[in-house]
Amino acid sequence: MIQVSNLAFRYSPSVVLRFPDFSVARGQHFLLLGDSGSGKTTLLHLVGGLLRNYEGSVSVDKTELATLSETALDRFRGQKIGFVFQRNHLLSALSVEQNLMMSPYLAGLPIDSGRITDVLVTLGLADKRHSRVTTLSQGQAQRVAIARAVLNKPAIIFADEPTSALDDKNCDRVISLLLEAASQHESTLIIATHDQRLKSHLTQQIQLNAS
Amino acid sequence: MTLFTLVWNYLKARPLNTAINIILLSLGIAVVTILLLFNTQLEQKITDNARGIDLVVGAKGSPLQLILCNIFHVDFPTGNINLKEAEKIARNRLVKRAIPMALGDSYQTYRIVGTSRDYADLYKGELAQGDWWDQPLDVTLGANVQSLTQLKIGDTFASSHGLTTTGDDHKDHLYKVKGVLKKNNTVLDNIILTAVESIWEVHEHADTTAHAHETRDSLAMPSRLVPSVAANDSVKEVTSLLLQYRSPMGAIQLPRIVNAQSSLQAASPAFETARLFSILGVGADIIMAFAYVLIVISGLSIFIALYNSLKERRYDMAIMRSMGATRTKLFVSVLLEGGLLTFMGSAIGLLLGHGVLMLLNALVEETQKAGIGGMVFYSQEWIILGGSLLLGLVCALIPAIQAYRTDISKVLASN
Repeated sequence: MIQVSNLAFRYSPSVVLRFPDFSVARGQHFLLLGDSGSGKTTLLHLVGGLLRNYEGSVSVDKTELATLSETALDRFRGQKIGFVFQRNHLLSALSVEQNLMMSPYLAGLPIDSGRITDVLVTLGLADKRHSRVTTLSQGQAQRVAIARAVLNKPAIIFADEPTSALDDKNCDRVISLLLEAASQHESTLIIATHDQRLKSHLTQQIQLNAS
Repeated sequence: MTLFTLVWNYLKARPLNTAINIILLSLGIAVVTILLLFNTQLEQKITDNARGIDLVVGAKGSPLQLILCNIFHVDFPTGNINLKEAEKIARNRLVKRAIPMALGDSYQTYRIVGTSRDYADLYKGELAQGDWWDQPLDVTLGANVQSLTQLKIGDTFASSHGLTTTGDDHKDHLYKVKGVLKKNNTVLDNIILTAVESIWEVHEHADTTAHAHETRDSLAMPSRLVPSVAANDSVKEVTSLLLQYRSPMGAIQLPRIVNAQSSLQAASPAFETARLFSILGVGADIIMAFAYVLIVISGLSIFIALYNSLKERRYDMAIMRSMGATRTKLFVSVLLEGGLLTFMGSAIGLLLGHGVLMLLNALVEETQKAGIGGMVFYSQEWIILGGSLLLGLVCALIPAIQAYRTDISKVLASN
């Protein structure tokens, strides 16, 4: 599903970040570990198509990302990839349901109300459907973010520090929901984190070393 | 979910900000609309009412007053002129048509105009009911006069001197209503038409012997202007003469001929109304400039609102990009937001403008008399609407370019 080889990203002419080669098969779950500054987020952005102009090769679902035009990359990202960020960033002007509707809308997919219901029920948010996102607790908001990421049944889910702002209870809940949602649609899951609590949940790891 | 819903929700999420932008713009647009409606209708009215009258001849005084009094019936007469002198002018070969006017009295502020049938023909007045005036003291009412005084055919009334209701009443000479005109949106709507002789009769009540002495001399030529009296009658007076030229030569020669006589002056409606507009225009220009300042400020305010909210929404933008939104989509969404704001502002402003004029029309009798209302629409309003939409797009352009340039990775990585 994901193949990375000789990947490097040049921040500036003199600062180059190099990444180890790795490949992840469909449905596998990986932890992306490394200290702060080791380039976890950069790698995630490169593989997720948020960052372009890399050296080497990144192939996602048999597509070399560099060959896609900007618009094609946007579309590719919307339809194949789901993101969960540390700061769960929901669109605060919209309700929970509208936030979820943005996902298929922006990806250019049909909006399926039944699918939204399913995901909300699975994540225990059925009663929050019409709430404003500003009224949610942090744990609830993170679950909405997960719901938004999995709604389009993406082939890959990238999570960047999804649990670092949560307490143990919410951390457990969020990580098991992520794993569950990923397994349900055979999505590949990659979690970039330095949160030691996650090591007990995922055994496969990619280790980055600060250069 | 559409781009419109998204933008609408963003606007709804900042209700105060959105409201102040809409209010600012709508006030500016409303003032522009009011001025547009008011000026256009007034100008149209004035040109309509002055159409067909090339020159007004009256007593010496202010030429503007002569025009206001004899054409628009809003000012007081400058004085009287001798019928004999008026006759001389009317007989000039350059004059195609001369209409005598005898003014001075009113009924419930509606002016009584002693004139000939030519005057009603000039404005294409048609009867709605009853008949034209015929005998002295017969009157035909304008449509507004009838509806506001509720006089019926056969009713009689006493006129009062001047244009106010407090003037002395001429109780011993009662006018009798013979007919009512159809409403035709000219000055005819607001006046009471009668024969020139009626005015003489009402005012000569002290001089009863004049009547006897005036029995028409069958040998004398009847007057061109008032056929019931002899030409060269040296006693009778009228207020003014409305002239129509036979040829453009009249415009060059007649005013000179008239002004050469010590007791007469000529005033051109076209020239005097243009002068009036240039005097009033200064005030209108100032209000208009003020309205434009309001609109520019509202444009700035919209720009600042979008610019600031975009700073807050950098993450929103980046998140939307991560979910598959293209740069163009974000660009369009910001333009749509600016466009929607100004569209609402200008639509409300246009409604407000029409509303204010409708209210004015309902409350102020003068605007009613002048026939200025809010239920008229001009094509320039499309220009106002289009112009303000353009303003919205221009104000949204810089924030939209910013949205277009959002560096997703950088924004998402900077916590």
